[in-house]
Amino acid sequence: MQISKQEVERVAKLARLEITEAETEAFSKQLSSILTYIETLKMLKTEGVEPTATVLEQVNVFREDKSRPSLPVEKAMANAPESEAGHFAVPKIINET
Amino acid sequence: MSLHKLTLRELSDTFGKGEVTAAEIVRAYTLRINQVEPKVKAYISQVKEAAMAQAEALDQKLKGWRRTMPLMGMPLAIKDNICTQGVLTTCASRMLATFVPPYDATAIARLRGQSYLLLGKTNLDEFAMGSSTENSAFGPSRNPWNLGAVPGGSSGGSAAAVAADECVVALGSDTGGSIRQPAACCGVVGLKPTYGRVSRYGLVAFASSLDQIGPITKDVADAAMLLNVIAGHDAWDSTSANLPVPDYTKALKKKDVKKLRIGVPREYFAEGLDPEVEQAVMAAVEELKTLGGEIKDVALPTTDAAVATYYLIATAEASSNLARYDGVKYGLRSKQSHTLLEMYMKTRQEGFGPEVKRRIMLGTYALSAGYYDAYYAKAQAARTLIRRDFEAAFREVDLIVTPVMPTPAFKLGEKSEDPLQMYLSDIYTISVNLAGNPAISIPCGFSKAGLPIGLQLIGRPFEEETVLRGAYAYEQATDWHKKRSAVR
Repeated sequence: MQISKQEVERVAKLARLEITEAETEAFSKQLSSILTYIETLKMLKTEGVEPTATVLEQVNVFREDKSRPSLPVEKAMANAPESEAGHFAVPKIINET
Repeated sequence: MSLHKLTLRELSDTFGKGEVTAAEIVRAYTLRINQVEPKVKAYISQVKEAAMAQAEALDQKLKGWRRTMPLMGMPLAIKDNICTQGVLTTCASRMLATFVPPYDATAIARLRGQSYLLLGKTNLDEFAMGSSTENSAFGPSRNPWNLGAVPGGSSGGSAAAVAADECVVALGSDTGGSIRQPAACCGVVGLKPTYGRVSRYGLVAFASSLDQIGPITKDVADAAMLLNVIAGHDAWDSTSANLPVPDYTKALKKKDVKKLRIGVPREYFAEGLDPEVEQAVMAAVEELKTLGGEIKDVALPTTDAAVATYYLIATAEASSNLARYDGVKYGLRSKQSHTLLEMYMKTRQEGFGPEVKRRIMLGTYALSAGYYDAYYAKAQAARTLIRRDFEAAFREVDLIVTPVMPTPAFKLGEKSEDPLQMYLSDIYTISVNLAGNPAISIPCGFSKAGLPIGLQLIGRPFEEETVLRGAYAYEQATDWHKKRSAVR
């Protein structure tokens, strides 16, 4: 199983990860070797076997739609890298012109 | 009396009788930490001054009153991926290097309800991804039995802190063996409860369908005591089980395993298992037979597929869970960025270490268009087969006994360049997370080089009592758990 550098770049973009040339090189090698190992799964017969997403029996847990006390805004915002008037501040998304 | 050498049960009794104050306990542990921590490096951050202030307040409050709660005044270390209100919680990542949680994890809230004392937050592989603590952004912890060896991981700091007497008991988290494997490496007890037994609220998510918080302790009775406090339903975690919590210490009344059928899965004794580990585990099986257990062969035929299955499911869930680290709400934000997309990409480049990036990449790949069915869906079906293996085996037996790790603790740096080799060191622990069952690691011997060897006992879902009973019976018949590392 070969994961090309182009493939590594494609996946990195999907994962919103900027990676260096050296990382691209390393990930291409390491992911190839890991995925070659993972290929052994193909030998396992799984036709008609339903998937397991969780080991739990219950499916949905509901509660009443009532408001409850929650974190005050200033506490919830305390770890924000940048904030303004109780909002998270981010680089400008929409151009002015 | 050296307070730091006591077990939780002993220290709690001593404190309960009023023979020692909380301040004296904190003082004793402060001395011990100052003495050995420069060598062991179990902690990422220490809060001994805050612990002392809390201890003094507790002593003041208790004057003339009876001390009834078992964890009251007890000095704990907590893995640094479990949120502690007002105390730095880094996940051993640059991404969260300055993150101070505004709330307590439910497990912590329950400890706080008993007036426990927090000594500090322990080291781990970044975001709990690893088997050696070498992936910590703040440098590795050391194995107290041999400072050149890894303490295991990812809860290596918690296991090392317990083994080096730097806390009385600790909390870890286990996604693929991260409590049991370091416990085995450090010669202490580590219990991964059934998925859903302990609330995950406030545990920083790695792989949500696998993660569990659990105790790391000096002996089995301490694990039962700590589980008593942290187990139970929590409205804040919809995956926590709404089942009654028994008194786990009552499972320790019997010192035998009479009428218990104990399975030995032949797939766990195949190639790759170190002969010294095999010998120690087989000797433990003999001991369990002497204690009245009926030993039976069982089959877990999908074992070979477990590592591949795990590294697809865990990384897929991680790639989704770690999408939240985008520089907006908390954690690092890159200063090098001008646009929103650049901010995401550079923040994640600067904030995550190599292993976390590798797993995000693998998980994203497995979930991406065109590969989903071949990888992720295939792994989910394999997970069903692994579960069925355990269900079938547990119709024949009440407990399953296996090694915890194929070898004793390896040397620092030995596997850090080869991710696949590192992944394969989890081979005996990950199936249990995929199936959801409870399992414990207890000491069962030492290698010729003097490194601890662990024994794993696996039980049916929500039958922690049987797991604890088996582990306790074995422990009482042996004295491995009484041996302490020589670090001083």
